[in-house]
Amino acid sequence: MNEALHYHFDVDGANFSNAGRASVETKKLLRQLGVPPEIIRRISVAMYEGEINMVIHAHGGDADVYITEDTVLITLKDVGPGIRDVEEAMKEGFSTAPENIRALGFGAGMGLPNMKRYSDEMHIDTKVGVGTSIELWYHLK
Amino acid sequence: MAVYTHSVYVDPERCTGCTNCLRRCPVEAIRIRQEKAVINALKCIDCGECIRACKHNAKRASYDKLSDLDFSKHLIALPAPSLFGQFNHLDEAEYVINGLLEMGFKEVYEVARAAEYVTDLTRIYLNSPKAKKPAISSACPVIVRLIKLRFPTLCDQLVPILPPYELAGKLARERALREHPELSPDDIKTVFISPCPAKVSWAKSIMDGQTVHVDYVTSMNDVYMELLKKMKRDEDCNGNVVSEAGIVGMSWATTSGEAASLMNEGYLAADGIDNVIKVLDDLESGTLSEINFVELNACSPGCVGGVLAPTNGFIARLRLQNLRKSSGMVVKPNDIADIEKGDRLKGGVIPPEYIESDAFTYMPEGAPNMLAMMLAMKKADALAEKLPKKDCGACGSPTCKAFALDVVNGDAQLSDCVLRSQMEG
Repeated sequence: MNEALHYHFDVDGANFSNAGRASVETKKLLRQLGVPPEIIRRISVAMYEGEINMVIHAHGGDADVYITEDTVLITLKDVGPGIRDVEEAMKEGFSTAPENIRALGFGAGMGLPNMKRYSDEMHIDTKVGVGTSIELWYHLK
Repeated sequence: MAVYTHSVYVDPERCTGCTNCLRRCPVEAIRIRQEKAVINALKCIDCGECIRACKHNAKRASYDKLSDLDFSKHLIALPAPSLFGQFNHLDEAEYVINGLLEMGFKEVYEVARAAEYVTDLTRIYLNSPKAKKPAISSACPVIVRLIKLRFPTLCDQLVPILPPYELAGKLARERALREHPELSPDDIKTVFISPCPAKVSWAKSIMDGQTVHVDYVTSMNDVYMELLKKMKRDEDCNGNVVSEAGIVGMSWATTSGEAASLMNEGYLAADGIDNVIKVLDDLESGTLSEINFVELNACSPGCVGGVLAPTNGFIARLRLQNLRKSSGMVVKPNDIADIEKGDRLKGGVIPPEYIESDAFTYMPEGAPNMLAMMLAMKKADALAEKLPKKDCGACGSPTCKAFALDVVNGDAQLSDCVLRSQMEG
């Protein structure tokens, strides 16, 4: 199969209760395809973190899932504030989430570190004032 | 692994082929084919939602009828805690137990009592290093099957302890053999009085290496009708009959009873199959880290809401509260260590006979070939784009998306979409 299976999800920035929907839908698809459970777990954790990040920091964005026989690629794109210092943001516990978000139990500074931990490869492309684009790669073979 | 025997079935005589059950099935296991509902046995979790939804009594549960029971045997009734919530103005649990004896059961072993041992065992398990947190209760067989089919990464979080009805069967049998040395094991039959079809399925689906201690599973509805005739409200209860279950075991009939009895602060309790699925999704996303124990019941508000229970579950819950007050129910010292009388429980090790031998392993719905499945889904996605997206169900599939995949798999024809033919016509 040459072309990847592609699914697109709008991540609604105005709606916290919908955050996580894209990762739940993706999980169902991957299970239907017969992707091994441990990989599904890693994908759903990382993608959930990414979705929440977009809701908290960037008023939502686009989540796209590309599946081939060998790889799963998740892209998360937003037109939010961008990440000023990626190295800093990758440190566990570092968070720029506002107080009201932290009060909800988010913004513990584990978002990006967790996404890295739960993916095989992560690429961040970000520009302050323009937005952030993250790729999460998983190798199935 | 043996075949899972389902309790829920369709009566084709009664089924009109309407779409009520189709749309309510939480796992999309139903299709309407040739004007009749068909249940996919590989997907069905026996939750009973279709029985609730059916307006024609065409969705039914199979179970052992009272007439199937051989009352010449040493029959032991195993009443679920929810049975005690079925009766108005019941102020002593003993009336029910007495009624069961009047019906011809030789003994009664309350499942609520076994539930208290399960509570004890779960507490020991939660303190052992083996427990993967948050641990998920395995008492509701719908939840166990749902997780095994759909939540592959949560399988190892299920608590591997026998469910109360099964432990009750085991303990009842052992007690009868002890107290009646004249009986042979074959003379003793245990009869579970169930509020739901899922527990019927569980007992009828004997997996490899599993000994099931419940011989018959009857419907609470059937037993209720007989009990009403036998229970004597006006007379004092026979002094020889004493309810052995305490407030802890009885509380298992309603949601959060099981979790609260663990005396463990970090617990979550949810009921209703849709709510349960949302909680499981969140658990799988790893977002509920501060929780130690999760109690999930397919029915709301707990087992009292099962489809084989005659009384509205919310009323039954109220009646159980009243019973607890009026009978002055207390915490009975049903400590698992009393049965053990040894130190097998030291170090948090649970003796093997209390362990669920049916391993909680992931059972994929099919064994899909990934490439073939990808091609099918790709075709189905393209096809779904052309469908009306009304999810009307008239084609016999629950959603347009499901219909598209059914067409690709050769299980439906595009012409079955009525709206589409109309749009084109």
